[in-house]
Amino acid sequence: MTVGEWVRNTSVYRSVIRHGIAPTNRNRSLIIFENLFLHVHPVKVREKTLRFTHTFWLGGITLATTIILVATGILLMFYYHPSVPQAYRDMKELQYVVDNGVFLRNLHRWAAHLMVFSAFLHMLRVFYHRAYRPPRQFNWVVGVVLLLLTLLLSYTGYLLPWDQLAFWGVSVGTNMAKQAPLVGERVRFFLLGGNIVSENALLRFYVLHCVVLPVALLLLISVHIWRVRKDGGVQGPPDDERRTP
Amino acid sequence: MTTPIEIIDSEDPLANPWRVALVRPDGRPAVHETDERYVMTFPHLILREIIMFQIVVIALSLAAILFNAPLESIANPVETPNPAKAPWYFLGLQELLHYFPPVVAGVVLPGLVGICLVVIPYWRVNLEGAPLWATPSRWKAPTIAASVILLSILFVAFRCWPIVIPTVIIGVAMFAASWARAGSRWQWLWGVTLPEWIMTWFVVIAVVLTVIGTFFRGPGWMWVWPWMDAPRG
Repeated sequence: MTVGEWVRNTSVYRSVIRHGIAPTNRNRSLIIFENLFLHVHPVKVREKTLRFTHTFWLGGITLATTIILVATGILLMFYYHPSVPQAYRDMKELQYVVDNGVFLRNLHRWAAHLMVFSAFLHMLRVFYHRAYRPPRQFNWVVGVVLLLLTLLLSYTGYLLPWDQLAFWGVSVGTNMAKQAPLVGERVRFFLLGGNIVSENALLRFYVLHCVVLPVALLLLISVHIWRVRKDGGVQGPPDDERRTP
Repeated sequence: MTTPIEIIDSEDPLANPWRVALVRPDGRPAVHETDERYVMTFPHLILREIIMFQIVVIALSLAAILFNAPLESIANPVETPNPAKAPWYFLGLQELLHYFPPVVAGVVLPGLVGICLVVIPYWRVNLEGAPLWATPSRWKAPTIAASVILLSILFVAFRCWPIVIPTVIIGVAMFAASWARAGSRWQWLWGVTLPEWIMTWFVVIAVVLTVIGTFFRGPGWMWVWPWMDAPRG
């Protein structure tokens, strides 16, 4: 008996993970359905869904970037003040004072870009595989909202470093919002907490970026993934059609 | 001793129920039987998920080590950079602003894209999956030709060549698909459905506009070649 097996047989460990260590299919099933997080999966899956070309793992990659972004985002929040000019100074602190601060910020930034990109590719994959067909119509709509939330998250985060890139990038974007008939000006004022991108805008974008949008995103991701299972598992390329002249 | 079962012979339907339906052996509800192979989620799927997550973490960590996130000087509301660019995923929209009135580029077109995306699964043509030319109809070719020509004229009126050119190319490709023969190397083109043509048209335009906005626009939103030194504004 190895040390690992001994540990997994102790009464304390068994109080947390109830099933035994015997490599039986019963225990492999229990691993899935006795675990809050894994039980979004069925105990058995269709073998062909494991093929790389079935989904290209694009939804999974998007979820992976989300997890990385939450982890690095929480760490970055420890070093960040949403005020002018401290926000910019905090970027310099990350660069010169905080251990691995540059790595942390880089990882958050590139993960954010990858998330926008992979979410878009995921949408295209689902479209060309026609995986939005019944019973998956509603999950497609949830996905479109998730893509929108991803863009908004990325956009609100863009302002937070408070450098020239951030300030003018957000100014250009919010000037577009102004063009909406009737509500444009009001929406812009509501978003920025004023008529120009200012300290109020920084605070609003910070709260949106760190609380409102991530909570909405995580809730909708839960719905999205739960619906994937309820609607019959991941849907790969359609295999029912003859497509020759 | 148990009472023997009493057999009632009666015309009363409560005492002697009538048969209202007969399920014949060949008329049972069809159960779609497949010979699909199933595997245990643990370890087959879970281990793949862990490996995928690790690959993403490693790839992003390498990117984070090799490339630094941009950081310019502190925000200055009185010093406008030229050009002032939005993040890359909005540069397609910003490029549209160059051709269309702000209401069209900033509100109408993005709004249309959003609505079109949401309604996709509720529209019958998107559910059928029949190749464009699989069902011959005398109105199909003229309607498609008219749509392509009208869209092209509309965008020519705005001098929006990054949309006109993909529109014409996709339109020509749609008709080329109708001549693709079985067994030829263009056979796959014949199998493309109408929704796929439209989505491809949208994606090509989105990519073209984003690439132009990202790499080919300099001070005053003038055209620059990215491999030449642009005058910094």
